[in-house]
Amino acid sequence: MRFSIYRFDPDTDADPCMKDYDLQIEDKDMMLLDALILIKAQDDSLSLRRSCREGVCGSDAMNINGRNGLACITPLAGLKEPVEIRPLPGLPVIRDLIVDMAPFFRQYHSIRPYLVNNDPPPETERLQSPDERAVLDGLYECILCACCTTSCPSFWWNPEKFVGPAGLLQAWRFIADSRDQATSQRLDDLEDPFRLFRCRSIMNCVDACPKGLNPTAAIGEIKRMMVGRKV
Amino acid sequence: MAGVRRTVLGAHYGITGWLVQRMSAVIMTLFGVVLLSFILFHAPAGFAEWKMLFSHGWVKIGLLIFFICLSLHAWIGVRDILMDYVHAVGIRLMLETGVLLSLAAYVLWAWSILWGR
Repeated sequence: MRFSIYRFDPDTDADPCMKDYDLQIEDKDMMLLDALILIKAQDDSLSLRRSCREGVCGSDAMNINGRNGLACITPLAGLKEPVEIRPLPGLPVIRDLIVDMAPFFRQYHSIRPYLVNNDPPPETERLQSPDERAVLDGLYECILCACCTTSCPSFWWNPEKFVGPAGLLQAWRFIADSRDQATSQRLDDLEDPFRLFRCRSIMNCVDACPKGLNPTAAIGEIKRMMVGRKV
Repeated sequence: MAGVRRTVLGAHYGITGWLVQRMSAVIMTLFGVVLLSFILFHAPAGFAEWKMLFSHGWVKIGLLIFFICLSLHAWIGVRDILMDYVHAVGIRLMLETGVLLSLAAYVLWAWSILWGR
């Protein structure tokens, strides 16, 4: 099987280039990450991030044949050859498939991704009813792999100003949480022409999310709540 | 004091712009569908009938509202483009003022066509 992989080492290369690798694949059920590890055994200068190798940690997000996804849960069987592997688009490349996630996490931190509750802590936990808890399904599962945010043209153009789908999904996760008391401040923070409203609902994020989450729907919920308090 | 180039956010009109753009689109669609279907089913035969159609008060008011909605819609869209591509604040302000003035002129022009002689 043929792979074409983006290579760039800022210490030695002036420009990035694509390098081809051929691999004898015996096991057709292999995931892309397994193949990349075999390629790394051939050429140990290839750099990539990976950890859990089962779609839980989100380290091995990359652009696979033009689409963002996690290498560890992408079966080789469904990939067209040559398999073109590039780093996530829109983030600075540190080396090969490793990108600088700082712009992504800056936006994530900007939405205050934690519960804000000024009541004295109760003896045990802050309880929720099963219904209140069910609201968080489809929101809390995000693993922050950045597949969605780096597939969003609005984030490519305004990475300093637009929060991006992953950050906005988490913003809604905390707005929707019955235990959170900072709803109006959270809405104030997003009521700006850039932070939320640069979303044009093109839904690349929904297409890219390896966990099947829907940031566009979450963004729609935030807008609905803002409209409700505006009119 | 000079040289502070921090990215500053927090202008609180994002929701207003978004809402106005959606509502103006809905109004334009509704008016467009009503006028087009009227013309489709009662096609004016000649100049006199066309003139008659556009001399009705409600058609004039509807058209003026349509042009006001179009201008509001275009203003938000063009402003977004300018915000994305023109980074020098002074130039952006000048261009935005120019866009606002032209849109205001178009609305007044539409008004003078509709109610003029």
